[in-house]
Amino acid sequence: MTQLTDLNMTQALEGLEKGDFTAVELTDAHLVAMEQQQGLNAFITPTPEKAREMAVASDSRRQTGTAGIMDGIPVAMKDLFCTKGVLTTAASHILDGFVPDYESAVSENLWTAGAVMLGKANLDEFAMGSANVTSYYGTVKNPWQRRGDDTPLVPGGSSGGSAAAVAARIAMAATGTDTGGSIRQPASFTGLVGLKPTYGRCSRWGIVAFASSLDQAGPMTRTVRDAAVMLEAMAGYDRRDSTSVDQAVPRYRDALSGDIRGLKIGIPREYRTDGVPAEILNLWDQGVAWLKDAGAQIVDISLPHTSYALPVYYIIAPAECSSNLARYDGVRYGLRVEGDSLDDMYEKTRGAGFGDEVQRRILMGTYVLSAGYYDAYYNKARRVRTLIAQDFHRAYADGVHAILAPTAPSAAFGIGEKSDDPLTMYLNDVFTVPASLAGLPGLSLPVGLCERGTPLGLQLIGRPFDEETLLRIAEVMERAADFTATPSGVSENGGLTNE
Amino acid sequence: MNTATVDKETVERIARLARIHVAEDRQDSLSGELDKILTWVAQLSEVDTEGVEPLTSVVVRVQPQRADTVDDGGDARRVTANAPAATHDFYSVPKVVE
Repeated sequence: MTQLTDLNMTQALEGLEKGDFTAVELTDAHLVAMEQQQGLNAFITPTPEKAREMAVASDSRRQTGTAGIMDGIPVAMKDLFCTKGVLTTAASHILDGFVPDYESAVSENLWTAGAVMLGKANLDEFAMGSANVTSYYGTVKNPWQRRGDDTPLVPGGSSGGSAAAVAARIAMAATGTDTGGSIRQPASFTGLVGLKPTYGRCSRWGIVAFASSLDQAGPMTRTVRDAAVMLEAMAGYDRRDSTSVDQAVPRYRDALSGDIRGLKIGIPREYRTDGVPAEILNLWDQGVAWLKDAGAQIVDISLPHTSYALPVYYIIAPAECSSNLARYDGVRYGLRVEGDSLDDMYEKTRGAGFGDEVQRRILMGTYVLSAGYYDAYYNKARRVRTLIAQDFHRAYADGVHAILAPTAPSAAFGIGEKSDDPLTMYLNDVFTVPASLAGLPGLSLPVGLCERGTPLGLQLIGRPFDEETLLRIAEVMERAADFTATPSGVSENGGLTNE
Repeated sequence: MNTATVDKETVERIARLARIHVAEDRQDSLSGELDKILTWVAQLSEVDTEGVEPLTSVVVRVQPQRADTVDDGGDARRVTANAPAATHDFYSVPKVVE
């Protein structure tokens, strides 16, 4: 018999419904995996007792016929979502001991759908990073390794703990948040499906804020169908988030018809840049071929301002972060370092509580928002952001339904690589940032392995609030790619080997 | 966009604005890092943005309205529950008035 941790979410839901196993058994299997895989450092706070309680409640709901669409599914919750009564850290020293008295809208929606929380997943500090190396709670290890090479690899970031947990079969699914690529890039590095919905689709209420005009929550799963189900559970209007959009949530899985005939897929020529490895470009071509075979129409498109997306992002995101993170002052929550005066206390608390990357971004943001530079940097960036959004809207107005591009310019790299220079790290987000700036939905799905044996993903970018078409195309590509590889630590039957 | 150089004094000034204590020995490396990032983002000056409005929201919608009434709050104990120092439902801070 297949091990329970080997099932995907959809299979597990069928098994639970048929009574093949209980939510308690399913949860226990994952808690064992969590215990065995502690070396990955995927979790900041495991919550096994809470998981068992929630699983027991799930089993009784199923018996009374009141099970939700994710009832009994064990998930990892990125530790950026406030969870009532459970330590919430944003992977920062400055939130030491912070236990929210409220539940984030998205996690609340997941519990309403019946999901079971295994624990709070590790991430880059305040979600600022692309390799999960900036966490106060330590680096997360990617469960994947290169062939014949035991260099520990990064899982990507910032949702690195979420990605590692799902890839290592510790969790069936996980929440992520994406500001410039933090769901899609780690999904690509770990062989998962990661979906950043349209800005406004999931409520940001109760998510520790990084850059409010960009932050968006989304699912990280092992299949496209699982992502469809989980997005349905997470999404919805919330009056507590003024940018939440009051639009009905579709049953996304109904969109998975397998039929993409006649859909127009744009291939942006500006994404074919120097320095992208040939194997990634080849996979991209392979993706184009799959879509053609399925009857889609491929069109060459131009998104002329693409190369300016990263510099725009690295003005706007730090500007917003410097404002959002002003709240961590040693007065209201978390760490306080005493000082001679109130200002001294603020400075010492923030100097000790924030890590290097967070400090760098706050300072950068403070600089671009300061008198004399506001127009030259911040407003200039916001104007170019308008042009970037218009590039996409023009393509969609020309009839393009979705855009296909690589997710990241490389496969997972070694822990410690690219860490010397912040700019080198920032380049990881080159393909994911444009869609973020335009608020568009983006989905990364695994399509193959690089020559060194680790996963590579392709990204689909959709029209605003058209996650359905995105998922439909992704499922067709998923079938064509038939990605069945598992990390080296996960044996073929899904059990964790002892090597 | 003319790029002013980020020297050590600038780092000190913005660190003060951001209320972050940056150790003396870190100021040098930070000035180099920030300078490099600012030089890199300065490529935006190539883009003609004449007549282009700054993007303020990607979701072009009418702001939701509601009645201007209190419908939440009034629970100081819960609000101050995570404070490093709180007394009688108030935050405690170092003395600010002599």
